[in-house]
Amino acid sequence: MIKRITLPITKDSVADLNAGDSVLLTGTILTGRDAAHKRLFALLEQGEPLPVDIRGELIYYVGPAPAKTGYAVGPAGPTSSYRMDMYTPALLDRGLKGMIGKGARSREVIDAMVRNKCVYFAAIGGAAALIAKSIKREEILCYADLGTEAVRRYTVEDFPCIVAIDSRGNNVYETEPLRYRDESILPCDVPKP
Amino acid sequence: MEFRTISAETVTAAVKKLFMDCNYFIGGDILCALQKARENEASPVGKSVLSQIIENNRIAAEEEIPICQDTGMAVLFVEYGDKICIDGDFDEAVNEGVRQAYRDGFLRKSVVSDPVFDRVNTRDNTPAVIHTKIVSGDKIRLTAGGKGFGSENMSAVKMLAPSYGVDGVRRFILDTVFRAGPNPCPPIVVGVGIGGTFERAAQLAKKATFRPVDTCHADPRYAALEDELLAEINKMGFGPAGLGGSTTALAVNIETAPTHIAGMPVAVNICCHAARHAGTEI
Ligand code: SF4
Repeated sequence: MIKRITLPITKDSVADLNAGDSVLLTGTILTGRDAAHKRLFALLEQGEPLPVDIRGELIYYVGPAPAKTGYAVGPAGPTSSYRMDMYTPALLDRGLKGMIGKGARSREVIDAMVRNKCVYFAAIGGAAALIAKSIKREEILCYADLGTEAVRRYTVEDFPCIVAIDSRGNNVYETEPLRYRDESILPCDVPKP
Repeated sequence: MEFRTISAETVTAAVKKLFMDCNYFIGGDILCALQKARENEASPVGKSVLSQIIENNRIAAEEEIPICQDTGMAVLFVEYGDKICIDGDFDEAVNEGVRQAYRDGFLRKSVVSDPVFDRVNTRDNTPAVIHTKIVSGDKIRLTAGGKGFGSENMSAVKMLAPSYGVDGVRRFILDTVFRAGPNPCPPIVVGVGIGGTFERAAQLAKKATFRPVDTCHADPRYAALEDELLAEINKMGFGPAGLGGSTTALAVNIETAPTHIAGMPVAVNICCHAARHAGTEI
């Protein structure tokens, strides 16, 4: 079953989401990746206000390609989330409600998610042309000098993703591969996670 | 000796076309492998992810837009005929082609000028990484690829002692793929370079990722190792997008070279399912 969610996401709908759920998001989301996170984090460290209000928002880790003439946005698939791990707990503690990205997260991020009742969605890496069909508008909010890494507001309709880690810390990246893993190949070949 | 003169503009135009083409049109070998994987995938979520990847690649080709927003760092393997004369600077002609492709083709500019301190975007995706080999003849053979860094970051080189043998090689490759887990956008193509020196192994691994996935190493012992490693990787369970399943890799491609009596360098270059490369001859 696919769950449709209208943004901004509410406490109740976060609580209702379970790891593995397929979700379609409609509303607005923020974007930001490595360089923007570095700047936002530096501001938090210095006790300065942020140039965007992150409270109650979802942030999508993406650096889009330029929009072709006639298109609202360029291809925009997720980037690897682990690179934002060191900045994420501070943002979650300041009211960010969730993230959209791809790949595993650190223990610290998962703890901060459980502490703050947040959700982490996975979008399909490398499906950028397809995902962009659900992004209707973009507006640059700050850090335009960063080009593709600027912070944007995307207006999305039925943006497809999967709950990768829910607000109780259940994590599909840990549970799902195990269901298809043949442990017989593992001894001595590869370390256990 | 007769030389053939090629204009810098010809090189630029060829390079421009290669980078636009490889970012819009996935190779037939990859598409076939994705379709076959979808048929055989054990996980329903994995099947659905593969369908979405195939649909994504169809949209990209039809609308001539990038398959992935990370249109990569521009990597080129050049076989440069020794009877060629370019009326200009070859590397500059290549970089101009990259500049034009990324500008006119609506590709993402993902290169920063300084790796540690400034990290300022060069805004035209140059410079390209160019590997040039002089060969005999009067042609230039270009193989281009846009290399995304989600998978590049998961790659590794190790200087193994010869006593590690084939088991040591296997273990290092599997270990690298296992550590990468869901991050490099599986199903992946695993490029392996064995032999040479430290840097030659890495270069061979990159070259291996450019090799079509429906080909194998000429030496049957390495071809068997490719098959065996692929089967083992697909038992790891990461599956499409790392969400679980039986397709973690589409292929393992190994390239080899002679090496030193004291060494057995192994490099593993991981490439995502958006394994983009295109080639041409001038
Ligand atoms: S790893 Fe490949 S498919 Fe994934 S985001 Fe990067 S370039 Fe795209």
